[in-house]
Amino acid sequence: MKFITLQNIRRIYSVFFFTLFVILIGITDFRNMKGYEVSLFLELDPLVAISSFLTSWTLYKGLTLSLIIIITTLIFGRYFCSWICPMGILNQWISHFMNRKRPVDDYRINAYRQIFRFKYYLLTLLLVLAAFGSLQTGLFDPISFITRSFSVSLYPALNYSAVTLYVKQPLFYGGVLIAVVFIAVLFANRFISRFWCRVLCPLGALLGVLSSQSLLRIRRDIEKCTDCQKCLRYCHGACDPHTELRVSECHVCMNCIEDCPEDAIHYGMARDNSSVHTPVDLNRRRLIETAVAGIVLLPMMKSVVTAATDPQHRVIRPPGSIAESEFLRRCIKCGECMRVCPTNVIQPALLESGFEGLWTPFLMNKIGYCEYTCVLCSQVCPTGAIKPISVEKKIGKGPFQKPLKIGTAFYDTGRCLPWSMHTECIVCEEVCPVSPKAVWFKTIEMELRDGKRKLLKLPHIEPELCIGCGICENKCPVHDRPAIRVSSIGETRSSTNRMILSN
Amino acid sequence: MSSKHSKKEPDITRRKFLSRSAATCALAAGTGLWGYLSYSEDPVRRKSDKIYTFKNFQVPESKDHPSMVIIHGRDVKKMADTAMKKLGGMSRFISPGDRVLIKPNIGWDRQPEQAANTNPDLVGAIVDLCRMAKASEVGVTDVSINDPYRSFARSGIEEAVEKSGGKIRFTTQNDFVLTDLRGKVLQVWPVSRFYHEVDKVINVPIVKHHSLSKCTIAMKNWYGVLGGQRNRLHQDINTSITDLAAAIKPTLTVVDATRVLVRNGPTGGNLSDVSIENTIVAGLDEIALDSYSLRFLDLMVEDVPFLTMGAKRGLGVTDWKSLDYIELKV
Repeated sequence: MKFITLQNIRRIYSVFFFTLFVILIGITDFRNMKGYEVSLFLELDPLVAISSFLTSWTLYKGLTLSLIIIITTLIFGRYFCSWICPMGILNQWISHFMNRKRPVDDYRINAYRQIFRFKYYLLTLLLVLAAFGSLQTGLFDPISFITRSFSVSLYPALNYSAVTLYVKQPLFYGGVLIAVVFIAVLFANRFISRFWCRVLCPLGALLGVLSSQSLLRIRRDIEKCTDCQKCLRYCHGACDPHTELRVSECHVCMNCIEDCPEDAIHYGMARDNSSVHTPVDLNRRRLIETAVAGIVLLPMMKSVVTAATDPQHRVIRPPGSIAESEFLRRCIKCGECMRVCPTNVIQPALLESGFEGLWTPFLMNKIGYCEYTCVLCSQVCPTGAIKPISVEKKIGKGPFQKPLKIGTAFYDTGRCLPWSMHTECIVCEEVCPVSPKAVWFKTIEMELRDGKRKLLKLPHIEPELCIGCGICENKCPVHDRPAIRVSSIGETRSSTNRMILSN
Repeated sequence: MSSKHSKKEPDITRRKFLSRSAATCALAAGTGLWGYLSYSEDPVRRKSDKIYTFKNFQVPESKDHPSMVIIHGRDVKKMADTAMKKLGGMSRFISPGDRVLIKPNIGWDRQPEQAANTNPDLVGAIVDLCRMAKASEVGVTDVSINDPYRSFARSGIEEAVEKSGGKIRFTTQNDFVLTDLRGKVLQVWPVSRFYHEVDKVINVPIVKHHSLSKCTIAMKNWYGVLGGQRNRLHQDINTSITDLAAAIKPTLTVVDATRVLVRNGPTGGNLSDVSIENTIVAGLDEIALDSYSLRFLDLMVEDVPFLTMGAKRGLGVTDWKSLDYIELKV
C-alpha cells in the first residue's frame, strides 16, 4: 500500500485546515489573539468577497485573499469544499459517522439527486439580493455559518462544561437558535449525506460554477473502465464519477482514484480515452424564477422598520461600525466580534434592527459594556462593517479631537436610588471611564419622609462627554432595568441620529 | 411448540410465573420505598453551602521594630527593600513554606502611568521579597471591575509578577465561596476562595480619589475580595468599608503613593489627574496608613468618616503620629 496518495494528501490537508480553523476561533480573544489573522477563513471565502463587492463595489482589504481560492478553483476545480472548508470537512466526518457502511447503502447515498440543484438557486437569490444592496449571504455562507455557530454556541458550550472559562460564562441573546440550526444542519447528514454541501451551500455552488471550465479534473478512461461503480462508493460530492462526471459537483476528493480497481481514473488533463463531462445541472426556468423572486423579495425586505430607516434606540453597534445602511451592506453575521469581545456585550440581534439585521452584532449593556480602551471587535471584522480603529481614535486622544461615541446614557430618575429613594449610590460616577467624567453630581439637601434632612449626590450626565460605553448601565445596582440606560442617539457613525445642536 | 408465526401466547411454567411475580413485587416495593424516602414538604431540596470565615493573617506586634515606615524615593524596588528591612525584614511576616496572597488594586483596564492600579514595580518587588523569605507560593489576585484579563495585563502587574516568580490568580465566577464577614451591614457575601487557601495576606493598595468615600487606599481596597453585587455597598459605603477592614486582618500593608490619582478617581485616565509623590508607606495599622496618606489628596481625617468609625471599633488609630514610625528618603 502506498501512503503518499492523492487521497491521503487531501486527508492531511483537511485535518490541517479544520484544526487551524478550530485554533483560530479558539485564540480569538484578548489574551491569545496577538497579531494572528484570526478571520483568515472568512477572508479566503470568495462568496463573502463577491457578495460584499456587489453591495458596495469594493474588495475590502483581507478579502483579496479570496482571489487565491477563485483563481485556483478556475484551474484545479472545486477542491475547496473537501480540502479547506471547515464546514465541508466537518459535514464529511459527521456523515461518515452517521451512515451505515454497507456498500449497497454507500452507492445509494452518494448518487446524484436532482435536489442538489437547489444550491445554485439559493446562490442566485443571494447574489441578486446583494446586487440590489441587501447582504444576506452570511445566513448561508458556510464559513460565516460555522464561525457564527462556533463562536455563539459551541465555544460557550465548552465554557459551560468548564473546559476553559473566560472569567465568566459567555451568554448570548437567543444563542440557542443558532445552536439548533447548526445541530439540525449536522443532523441532516443522517438523511442526505453532506446535506449542507450538496443541497444548500451557496459557496459550493459558486465554486461549482467557477470550476465548470477547469483544466484539471477527475478523468475516467472509458476503455479501461468496467462499469463496476466502485468509484461511487466514497464520492464526496455525489458527482457521478462512474459516468459522465459532473464537474461542478466534484470536490476533487480523489477517493475514486484510489477506489478504481482498473486504474481507469486519474486527475489531470484529458487523455485519449477520457470520458465526456456533464455541465452544471440547472433548469433555466427555475433560475429565472429565482432571480425574479429575489427582485420581488428585496423591496419587501426594504419596507420594514430598520435601524437604517429610523434610528432604533436599542441598536447600538460596536465602536468603529459604519453608518447603519452601509453596515447592513457589509456585515456577514459571522460572529467574530461576539467571540472576541472581552465583556460579552456584543450580541447577535434578532429583529431589533429589522429582518436584514438578523444576527448582526449589537450591544446589550445588561450583559457587558464596551471596554474603554478595547478595539478588538474592529480588528477581527473581515468585511469592514466595523472599521479598524486605534485606541487613540476611540478615546479621542492625540490628533483625534473627539472620542468615538456609540450612544448616550440617560437617567431614569424614577428608578435611580439617590433621585427617588434618597439613598447614597453614584456607582455610575465611580465606573465612568472618561476623564473628566461624563457622570457628575449635584450635592442637594433633600427632605425625607420623616422631615429629617439628608445630603445626597444626585447624578447627571454630560452628553458632550458621554461615549455610550454602557458601563454605568451594566454596573447600576437597580440591575433588572437599570436606572441609567444607553441608547443609540448621538452615535458618531450617524449624521442624523443626533439630538444636541452643537455636536 | 410455539413457532415464530403462531399468535398463541406460550404456556408459562411455574418457575417462570414465580420469578416474574417476584420481580413485579420487587418493583412495586421499590416504587413505594422511593415514594417514602423522597417525600418532602419542600419543592426543592436545598444543599447548604459551607460558609467560611476569614482567618487572622496577622503576626504578633514587635517592640523592636517600628509599626509604620514612610519611604520617599524614586527607585521603587529599593524603597520596598528598605521599608521591609526597617520593619524587621520580610521573614518577620512570612515563615518559610507559607502560602502568601498579595492584593494590589488591579480594578481597571488602565496603564501604570494613569495611576488607577497599584504600581507594578512595587507588586513585583513584594513578590520578590516574599520569595526570598521562602514562601512556598506567592499569588496575586483581585476582583477587577473592568475585564480582569485586560486589567491584569495592561496594568503591567501580570508581567511584573510573572517575572518575579509569583502566580496570577484570576477570580472566575466559579472561584467565589460564601463567607461570613460578621459586620454591621455586611454579613454573608461571596468572597474569592483564594483568601481561604493561604496563610498570609499582603494588602498593596494605591492612593486614589473617590467621589463617594473621598479616598480609596488600604481599607477600601478590600472591596476587591468580594463578588456578587458589591455595587450595593455604595448605599452605606463608610460602614461597608469598616466592616471589610474589621473582617480581613492582613499580615502587612504597603501603600503605593508613587503616583497618586487626585481627580476623576477611581478610574482616572488622564495624566493630568495624576500627581507624582514618590512615596510608599508600609505598616501594620491600616487606619494609620490611610490617615497618613490623606495628605496626598488634601483631605483631613474628619472628611473620611470610615477612619473614625474604624478607630472606634478598635481597628487602629487615626493619629498616625502617635505610633512608632520612621520616615526616610532613599
